Amino acid sequence: MEQGLLVVLNGLVYGLLLFMLSSGLTLIVGMMGVLNLAHASFYMLGAYLAYSISTVVGFWPALVLAPLAVGVIGALVERYGLRPVHRHGHVAELLFTFGLAFVIGEIVPLIWGRLPVPYRVPAVLDVPLFALAGTAYPAYRLFMMLISLAMFCALFAALAKTRLGLVVRAALTHPDMVAMLGHDVPRVFTLVFGAGCALAGLAGVIAGNAFTTEPGMARSLGAIVFAVVVMGGLGSLSGALVASLLIGLVQTVSIGLDLPFYKALSALGITVDVGGRLHDLWLLSVNRAAPVVPYLLLVLVLATRPRGLLGSRSA
Amino acid sequence: MRLGHAAAAVMAVCLSAGPVWADEVVKFALIDPMSGSFAATGRLGEQHFRFAMDRINESGAAGPGRKFDLVVLDNEVSPEKSLVLLRKAIDDGVHYITQGNGSSVAFALTDAIAKNNKRDPARSAMFLNYAAVDPALTNAKCNWWHFRFDADSDMKMRAMSSYILTRKDLHKVYVFNQDYSFGQSVERGAKEMLTGKRDDLQIVGAERVPLGKVKDFTPYIQKMQAAGADAVVTGNWGADLALLVKAANDSGFKGTFFTYYLGSTEVITEVGQAGRGDAQISEWHANVDSAPIEEMAAAFEAKYHQAFYYWRVVNMLDMTAAAMKQANSSDPEKVGKVLAGMNFHNPLGDVSMRADNHQLLQPMFISVLEPGVKHVFPEVNMGFRTIGRIEPDQTRMATTCSLANPS
Repeated sequence: MEQGLLVVLNGLVYGLLLFMLSSGLTLIVGMMGVLNLAHASFYMLGAYLAYSISTVVGFWPALVLAPLAVGVIGALVERYGLRPVHRHGHVAELLFTFGLAFVIGEIVPLIWGRLPVPYRVPAVLDVPLFALAGTAYPAYRLFMMLISLAMFCALFAALAKTRLGLVVRAALTHPDMVAMLGHDVPRVFTLVFGAGCALAGLAGVIAGNAFTTEPGMARSLGAIVFAVVVMGGLGSLSGALVASLLIGLVQTVSIGLDLPFYKALSALGITVDVGGRLHDLWLLSVNRAAPVVPYLLLVLVLATRPRGLLGSRSA
Repeated sequence: MRLGHAAAAVMAVCLSAGPVWADEVVKFALIDPMSGSFAATGRLGEQHFRFAMDRINESGAAGPGRKFDLVVLDNEVSPEKSLVLLRKAIDDGVHYITQGNGSSVAFALTDAIAKNNKRDPARSAMFLNYAAVDPALTNAKCNWWHFRFDADSDMKMRAMSSYILTRKDLHKVYVFNQDYSFGQSVERGAKEMLTGKRDDLQIVGAERVPLGKVKDFTPYIQKMQAAGADAVVTGNWGADLALLVKAANDSGFKGTFFTYYLGSTEVITEVGQAGRGDAQISEWHANVDSAPIEEMAAAFEAKYHQAFYYWRVVNMLDMTAAAMKQANSSDPEKVGKVLAGMNFHNPLGDVSMRADNHQLLQPMFISVLEPGVKHVFPEVNMGFRTIGRIEPDQTRMATTCSLANPS
């Protein structure tokens, strides 16, 4: 039972982290119709900037400054990079972000080197919070969870309650109408792109020290973030939340399952013929397949609901 | 067309501007990850090659007028990509291929090199393996052109398991590895050599994870804790070891790690103070008593600003250089004939290259991470202390391979 609670906690942390990354991406996709392939690179940038800032002024200022810096960089990229490309259509935009991902991926090791940087969890949070079934639960994990939740609430409130949020939501679906009403839609785009990048940066700040800050970190998370966004439905914030938590929980739970597939399925009431042609597959233990699980879920969701879990348009 | 002319012109300039002081430049192609999760590991290897080559070029150890040069090719630990790079290297006239990270890559390379040399003897290539340690490379899949300068995983496991068996405080061992040929062979070796040897010692779990994919090892650590493990045997390297130990620290895991690759800088920085007591099996560490290598390590550190790690790269290139000098040629077949069965004296003692399977026999050291030793990693203020030296002959394993020199 306690073991189960730990698994759920881990799944939540991972899921919420994925959400922080994908929330920015899904907003950008929803609003501008452009899949930002460099999104995970802003996550990496956040971690590296937080490391550099924290060596000078400490972790807490870095927690605020690094995402802001990433947001500013994102806004500049949108204003001077993406906007001129915009009139050439979505393919050009996609290629631009594709190239940008490589540029950031090469600049980072030029500045900080190819080895992981010693970006550490602050000493205050580097303590066990409580012990469950003989396992210490780090305080920093709870902190990660709280930050993610606070960010979700703030984002939701900003979109639902403020005047700016109203304009953003309107520009999501009817950009021309919003422009007719006298709002500067390109500026709203820049704002949303910057905010999306800042969120990715924030995720980098709090994940960079929990895992490692190294030049490969963008690549390793990039694919899974797209899986989340597509699965949740392009442009749907709550869809991204559901998909992130689902992927986080299912992946963590499957790591803990040392059962072969046929036994796991029979626990769900499905019996399969072990001797059949798929013999090897049924005998494969679930934990070995854990890394494939997010993509398997993605395919399943797309096959049954092409617009994603909570999406309103088709992918 | 114009581009072609330009390229030809550039090439001509390059060729004519080549070093006039060297009679012969022997090129070595290093095929290893230089980007992605394991970039740090690959780069570390590259620096050791440059360092070792600079030494040889200064001393003229490879024979009068013969210089070594390094060509670095990034394979992203992909066997498919490595084969393309190998083709390119051979087409560019490189006769010496070296690789270390990933036995899966080494299998692809050794196979392709054997085929190439049979088909096109004029462009034969030799495979100098400095770290791919799957035992099959010098057994079932052995090949005359492949020479290994690191002990294979069974040789290391034999030393490691005999030490674990002497530790009466350990009762429950968890075997944790990366899911590819090397990790599988570590797991098999550990199970063979630890099961049924001591009544109060059992293997409580064995698990493999995909190479370089897992970022958060906490769920795995929790499984180890649930199983009550007090020792973890792992062949993990690079980021996969660093993150594993980091997750163990965060979860308050009390067991000891028995590793192959704890000593590399990127791992040590993650291990931190909690790594105290963790063990490593290696051919060298900073506190092995040898003044010449200590000097070398200091020179490496001064130049590259990180700790010296791959002593075996230096030894490998020194042996290759000596073989070239003795053969008075850089033709891989002639050099290979000298290398096979070669006895060589290095600062740690006498080492020899087995003629039957081309596996180097060298002294090995079991060491534990502790504070208060002479050379410490400044990041953690701890270093390795030798607790056992295994002589070259004790590491000799039976082999299914019987190589004979090509006639």
